Amino acid sequence: MQKTIYLDNATTTTLDAEVLEVMRPYFFEWYGSPTHEYGHTFGLKAREALERSREAVASSIEASPEEVIFTSGGTESNNLAIKGLTLASEDRRHLITSKIEHASVLNVIKSLERVGFRAGYLNVDREGFIDLEQLKNEINEETLLVSVQHANQEIGTIQSVKEIGKICEEKGVLFHVDAVQSFTKVPIDVREMNIDLLSVSAHKIHGPKGIGALYVKEGTKLKPLIEGGYHEFGLRSGTENIAGAVGFAKAIEIVNKSQMEHMRGLRDYLMKGLLEIPDSKLNGPRGDKRLCNNVNVTFRFVEGESVLLHLDMRGIIVTTGSACFSKTLEPSHVILALGLKHEDAHGSVRFSLSKYNTLEEMDFTVENVKDVVGQLRVISPVGRR
Amino acid sequence: MYSPKLLELFKNPKNVGEMPDADVKVTEGSLACGDMITIFLKISKETKIIGDIKFLSYGCAANIATTSMMTEMVKGKTLEEAKKLTFKEIAEEIEGLPPVKMHCAVLSIDGLRSAIRKYEEERGLVKVPELDESFVRSRLRHIINPKLGRDVVSTGVVENIRVYDGKVEIDLNLSEADEFKNYVVEEIHERFDKLPNIKELKFNFEGE
Repeated sequence: MQKTIYLDNATTTTLDAEVLEVMRPYFFEWYGSPTHEYGHTFGLKAREALERSREAVASSIEASPEEVIFTSGGTESNNLAIKGLTLASEDRRHLITSKIEHASVLNVIKSLERVGFRAGYLNVDREGFIDLEQLKNEINEETLLVSVQHANQEIGTIQSVKEIGKICEEKGVLFHVDAVQSFTKVPIDVREMNIDLLSVSAHKIHGPKGIGALYVKEGTKLKPLIEGGYHEFGLRSGTENIAGAVGFAKAIEIVNKSQMEHMRGLRDYLMKGLLEIPDSKLNGPRGDKRLCNNVNVTFRFVEGESVLLHLDMRGIIVTTGSACFSKTLEPSHVILALGLKHEDAHGSVRFSLSKYNTLEEMDFTVENVKDVVGQLRVISPVGRR
Repeated sequence: MYSPKLLELFKNPKNVGEMPDADVKVTEGSLACGDMITIFLKISKETKIIGDIKFLSYGCAANIATTSMMTEMVKGKTLEEAKKLTFKEIAEEIEGLPPVKMHCAVLSIDGLRSAIRKYEEERGLVKVPELDESFVRSRLRHIINPKLGRDVVSTGVVENIRVYDGKVEIDLNLSEADEFKNYVVEEIHERFDKLPNIKELKFNFEGE
């Protein structure tokens, strides 16, 4: 069988075998639902595992365990953070975000706009960094929240979250960070960065799908979206996903610096190889302000879905910002926000790496991308020489 | 999921390439939309039979495969026969297209019909149509509602059309929040902006 080279790790990752091992007992042995401190053995076992996992998540972002709410993942965390705040707010009706957020932030804010909230969308520069001056000007006495991602899902730009946090603190507005892409790849200290709410997810870091968390700074007024039996401090009801939480904690535990260095090396190697292809250009920044596992390149005169499917036939899994590949038939809003043209989005291909990728895989990828892009350019009506 | 036949044509398209001695050449679609095709035709002056057809494509797998299929289906046909080919027949021949990709088959038909129209206009065989409601409606029938895979007129997305002094106003049964609103508006602009007899295009949305 053909070998698969999986380069779509910003979408989701494989489970680490070690993670599955620690989850297993909570499916077959200790499958009880966690109870309070005076419950039965099954309940206590589950409670203990859940709280241990909560501590692991909390300490990874320098938070207290009581400030961590388990959710079903990044999308739910973003929804809970933003909608939960607006439900609890009596007077402030203005929200600020950036133009390059994930859909689970942008679509939540757009939907709140339709029920009377006002929103400001911050511009980004050519590399995807938000305009801090615009942020300062945009905040007014009506502003409830600033929601800005830590790192971008498509082009890997890492925002200066500490600076944004400082501005929010000075102006007295709440600050939510979608850290789904950066979590464990870039250090996060919610106190030092003055973050009030922060979303993370397990399946991007070789943990299981279906579990994530929201950090809610002590004292932040939030209303639940899912009500019921008062689970998760009354902020997210429903029987807890114990196996998921245990797996999430394990996934965090096995991350180490050398994995990041490994990915960064592969990233720069792959980037260099791909940019040797004529009429190609990098989207997003270079160096330390780019996620260690993200490469995004536009190949002019070709359309991304065709590149993606040809690569798929050769066992290489990537994704694209092309309109043809999106559910709404619209090109990537991130690429457009950089001030680039529609066709720059259609020709953009994202390669996102994991700790499991190898240098040989990068060579194979570069060779095949060269071949596929060349083949598609032969039949393209544009860019003909 | 794409059909195996579509994937095979995507991988190995037929009739692809340039034709330096073509009798007519047209380009449909645009880079901005993400799908664009160029069609070359060789037509017999006497019999009006399409002797040869070639295409170039900037687009997705469905674009490449449906255009390839179209070229196979009209090669050796007369212009009158070729004009009757529909996007549905292409979609059937290629063993199905997802609704969201149906516009690719439409683009291949549009490319073919534009090429034929250009050939006929250049040789004085037809006259340019007048701008009125039925003309606008007929052009809108070439735009696909991605939710259903059928055109925006028959699926009720287009409500009313008003044409006056070169201005076209279209009421769309779409809310501002509709996931395909931007796509439909762009597509309509794409078809109408380049027509010489249209000065202005205006849209009204549901709930306005």
